[in-house]
Amino acid sequence: MQKIMVGIKRVVDFNVRIRVKADGSGVMLDGLKMSVNPFDEIALEEALRIKERGSNIEVVAVSIGVADTQQQLRTALAMGADRAILVQTDAAIEPLTAAKVFLALAKQENPDLILLGKQAIDDDANQTGQMLAALWERPQATFASKIEFSTGKASVTSEVDAGLKTIEVDLPAVMTVDLRLNEPRYVKLPDIMKAKKKPLDVTSLDALSVGATGWLKTLKTEPPPQRQKGIMVKDAAELVEVLKKKGLI
Amino acid sequence: MHKILIIGEHDGKTLNPATAKCVTCAAGIPEAEITVAVFGADTSTVATQAAALSGVKAVLRVDRAENLHPLAAIFAPQLAALAADYTHVFGPSTSFGKDLMPRTAALLGVAQVSDLMAVEGAYRFRRPIYAGNAIVTVEADPSRKLIATVRVASFQAAPAGGNATVASKSLDVSLPSHTRYIGAKSGSTDRPDLQTAARVISGGRALGSAENFKLLFSLADKLGAAVGASRAAVDAGYAPNEMQVGQTGKIISPEIYIAIGISGAIQHLTGIKDARTIVAINKDGEAPIFEVADVGLVGDLFQIVPELERLIG
Repeated sequence: MQKIMVGIKRVVDFNVRIRVKADGSGVMLDGLKMSVNPFDEIALEEALRIKERGSNIEVVAVSIGVADTQQQLRTALAMGADRAILVQTDAAIEPLTAAKVFLALAKQENPDLILLGKQAIDDDANQTGQMLAALWERPQATFASKIEFSTGKASVTSEVDAGLKTIEVDLPAVMTVDLRLNEPRYVKLPDIMKAKKKPLDVTSLDALSVGATGWLKTLKTEPPPQRQKGIMVKDAAELVEVLKKKGLI
Repeated sequence: MHKILIIGEHDGKTLNPATAKCVTCAAGIPEAEITVAVFGADTSTVATQAAALSGVKAVLRVDRAENLHPLAAIFAPQLAALAADYTHVFGPSTSFGKDLMPRTAALLGVAQVSDLMAVEGAYRFRRPIYAGNAIVTVEADPSRKLIATVRVASFQAAPAGGNATVASKSLDVSLPSHTRYIGAKSGSTDRPDLQTAARVISGGRALGSAENFKLLFSLADKLGAAVGASRAAVDAGYAPNEMQVGQTGKIISPEIYIAIGISGAIQHLTGIKDARTIVAINKDGEAPIFEVADVGLVGDLFQIVPELERLIG
């Protein structure tokens, strides 16, 4: 293993509750705290742990987005990535386009492994890794909760609806990571200073010959229907009585 | 007419109820003609089950030794080949469908719509974003094939009563050898399946230990309920990952959901907001779970749960 590529998406911070614009044209994003997608942080942490176990492995963090996405890539560099590439665009990028961009980067970089979060917490699409693996004609291991390597291949345990599933894939491969794979490290101040000197290249969709195709039109954005606050009961007996009256038990 | 292909999910013996929910979603599309495809080593049993679903016109069996275990790298090229005759290809928004469908879409060179929660037209759908904090209406290009996953909690299962034709289909598709199935581990249980159970009892971090989860199992058995857990409880090791309910776990829609010692983080509420009735038991009266609960009870779960069990008898 010589090179690992990690996808980093800039998203509204996990702890921020978003609101829908009154005119239904989208979600209010102005002034909200932006962070690295939490699943991507786990993907990067895993790449760093593989690097620390091995020798001479380069970790390249890549992202697609507005100029300010450099902030999230600097965070990735501070965590320990060796260098970063931003494919800068103001266009809204759908998963298939993101997969095509990562494919173009994969052809330039020839990584042995591409690690991505299983989904981004903004559009919750859960598509990019699988699409990239298809376009790259390589294996995919999704929702990884444990990854082990041997020569030229990896054994990956995934969190699936029925429990856990283990598959073996040849490298290079695409893996998408789940919550319980690891706990990402905290960034220390000296690392933030060091990260400022690490290389961060900026390129464009044009340079990679990928068009920002919009496949889906979003017609309307609405808040979800709200549940009403119900009644409070004083004890277990009253709870059972209420549920029996409703015909639920 | 819209020709809709649904990939059936199964374990070789039983068709997963998620498939019947996809059928209901597909039936909402104007002039839908629905076909269910089942991939496996021997799909005779599950094909019969799929043919009995009301609304299904045809069932296609794709039997092949390589299809013994569902691997996206193996299934996707076959599903993409099969898709040629259809306008829409649907799969469930389960771990099986989430793995398979985007790979299939990319092989076909088209986008995917994830987590359909409502059908507004043949190419117009509603889906959740931001953990369900916003719902978008999206429209896809009718000149392209539409690939989608169906948010199974949003649809009732199609009833029995169908009488579809069953045919075997052999596909001349070469399959990769770069991905191999090793094994699976599941907490075998006699309780109802969490994703489709009418009654669900879930525990949170307040349970305090895996041992204490037995309190919930005992109550669940009295009620014939499935047992779930919050992310906090799974992270703490009190419950296995397949029990997790929420944005990154299972999204469920039972008749009754009883949340015990769960504070109600937004990511958890995402997984339960389609429940018909939510009951919350928590010692903290300010817990956010009470904002969405139909019936709330503030108190010590270690006293209340055994008492409930006794009262239900």
